[in-house]
Amino acid sequence: MSLVARHLEENGLATVIVGSARDVVEECGVPRFLFSDFPLGNPCGKPWDVPMQQAIMNMALDLLESAWTPRTTVQTPFCWDNDDWRDNFMRVDDTNREVLAKEGEARRKFQAEMKKGQ
Amino acid sequence: MYKRRQHRSFVSYIDRSREYYAAQGYEKPYAWPHYDAVPFAPLSKPLAQSRVGLVTTGEKPDPSGTITMEVLLGREAYAEPMDPPPQSLSTDLLFWDKEATHTKDINSFLPVNQLNGAVAAGRVGSASARYYGIPTDYSKSRTLDRHAPQILKWCREDGVDAVILTAL
Repeated sequence: MSLVARHLEENGLATVIVGSARDVVEECGVPRFLFSDFPLGNPCGKPWDVPMQQAIMNMALDLLESAWTPRTTVQTPFCWDNDDWRDNFMRVDDTNREVLAKEGEARRKFQAEMKKGQ
Repeated sequence: MYKRRQHRSFVSYIDRSREYYAAQGYEKPYAWPHYDAVPFAPLSKPLAQSRVGLVTTGEKPDPSGTITMEVLLGREAYAEPMDPPPQSLSTDLLFWDKEATHTKDINSFLPVNQLNGAVAAGRVGSASARYYGIPTDYSKSRTLDRHAPQILKWCREDGVDAVILTAL
């Protein structure tokens, strides 16, 4: 997504990325980024929360209008209901190491079969 | 009252995914794109006179309403009408936090209705006739050489002045 934003911007279109993977977007380097510190999946606001969703749209429009320099990140004021997701997402520990290794093996097998079929 | 944290609050997906895929037996970590220089294009006209487009990483469902891994691996950018607003997109095989949340409300990841609201309020001149979808491709060269130029072409065809990209 960041690469697409950069391409549009290089060709004269103003862009704003709305998302939650802060390190991925900032590491790439984009002109404008509206960040919500949410689990991945709902960059435009919590499901069914219309006032929050409209507020985030308005902040994205504000950023389009007001940023004067690239790498401008603005964080929305919204918080998720709890912090559990921060540690749970893609967690690797002794309870799931074996399962993950097996999943990887199965995935590589599937990918090899896909390649053969091409 | 402040909270006490020994680490930064926001999740590093670069760190997290590297450790996760290493645990799955992938030996070579994914190399994320990094640029020192960042382009910047100011709005070419006031927002109230601008046409705004939307880009999503959500996937257009196939006619059966589902998406398979085979389709996902070979998918291309797409453009679809904004009117009537889409009711749902396929996200099942995409990378997001399926334990913490859900994507049953399309407005939580593709803001067609919010953009229409901003147009109705006079804040934005108009919405593009189409929204655009891009695959979150493992291949950076496919994104740069195929998908990004295609999105630009559609934006130009639709007279788009500014773009909001919402990443799942």
